[in-house]
Amino acid sequence: MRLLTHNMLSSNIKGVANGFPFRIDVEKVVEKKVDFNAGFLRNIFPKVEWKAFVDAARTMGYPELPEEADSSLLDSDEFLTKFHHGLLELHLEEGALICPETGRRFPVNKGIPNMLLHEDEV
Amino acid sequence: MKLKQLEGLLGELQQFSNPKELEQYPTGPHIASRMLFTAENSFEDVSNKVVADFGCGCGTLGAAAALLGAEHVMGIDIDSQSLELASLNAEDLELDINFIQSDIKNLGWRGQIVDTVVMNPPFGTRKKGADMDFLCVALKVASQAVYSLHKTSTRDHIKRVALRDLNASSAEVLCELRFDVPQLYKFHKKKEVDIAVDLWRFVPKGNQGKGTEHHLKSGTS
Repeated sequence: MRLLTHNMLSSNIKGVANGFPFRIDVEKVVEKKVDFNAGFLRNIFPKVEWKAFVDAARTMGYPELPEEADSSLLDSDEFLTKFHHGLLELHLEEGALICPETGRRFPVNKGIPNMLLHEDEV
Repeated sequence: MKLKQLEGLLGELQQFSNPKELEQYPTGPHIASRMLFTAENSFEDVSNKVVADFGCGCGTLGAAAALLGAEHVMGIDIDSQSLELASLNAEDLELDINFIQSDIKNLGWRGQIVDTVVMNPPFGTRKKGADMDFLCVALKVASQAVYSLHKTSTRDHIKRVALRDLNASSAEVLCELRFDVPQLYKFHKKKEVDIAVDLWRFVPKGNQGKGTEHHLKSGTS
C-alpha cells in the first residue's frame, strides 16, 4: 500500500467526526521502484494532505521530506525525487492502519489493508 | 499500446472459478480492453491519472488501466479470494496495483482525489440496487469521470437517477456490448446467456477543485 493511498483513505466508522489520517503501525516496509513522472507529481501535489504525508513517511522510515511544502518546490528536482520516493515507492507491506479517533486497527497484510467494518461500526 | 495487444495481455489473467453470492462475473478481456481503450483514447481519462477499480474482482479493469499508463491504480473488493487472485494477476503482468479490501459503501475517502473510477458493478439481479449503490459512491469519489457497465434494460432508469440524484452532470452511453454470463450459479437456468450491457461514461458535477480537504463519508444517497 503506497502512501498516496494512505493519503486518500479516511475512517468511516459510525460516529467518527474526523477519520483522517490513519495512524500507521509499521511491521514491514517494502520499496518498489517506479519510473519518475514529474508531470504526475506536479498535478497531484496540490491534492496531497502534506502534513499527513510527511508524518506517514517518517513512520515508514523516510524522514527526508520537508515539514512544509509549497508549489515553488516543484521546480526543484531534489524535492521532486523525494516526493516521488515517499509517495509512490514506499509500501506498507505488513502492519495496520489505526483509526485516529477510536484506535480501531485495520490490518494490512501483503500490502492489502482490510477496511471491512463490523456490523456495529456501520 | 494497441487494442489487440491490450486485449491479449488481459487474456492471460486468471478469472474466477468459484464465485460467491456477490454476482461476481468476470469482466472479460474483450470488454475490459475496449472500455479502458475508449476511456484513454477518446477522453484521456487513464494515463497519468489516479484510477480506482470498484469491485475489482480478479483485477482486469485495474490491470487494463495500469497497462494504459495510469500512474496510480487502486482495486477495491470485498472478497479476499478475489483480491488474492487479483494480486497474482497484477504480479504476472508486473503491475503495481494498490488493492484494498472493503465494502464499497463503507470506505471513507478524504476527498475527490481519484480522477477516474472504472467498474463492472454487480447487476443488481440478486441483491436489488447493488448497481446503483456502486454508482452512487463512484460519483462521489471520482473527480473526472466514471466508466461503468449496466444492463441495457436499465438504461432509462440509470440516466434518470444519475442526473437527478447522484450528482452526475452528464450520463452518456458510449456503446452497447454483449456480455457473456456463463452458467456459474445454480440459479442460472441456461448454460450461457448473452446480456446486452451499456458502457456508460458519467461526469460528476462540481469538481471540488484542487487541494480541498472535504471529508467524504461514502454511503448511498
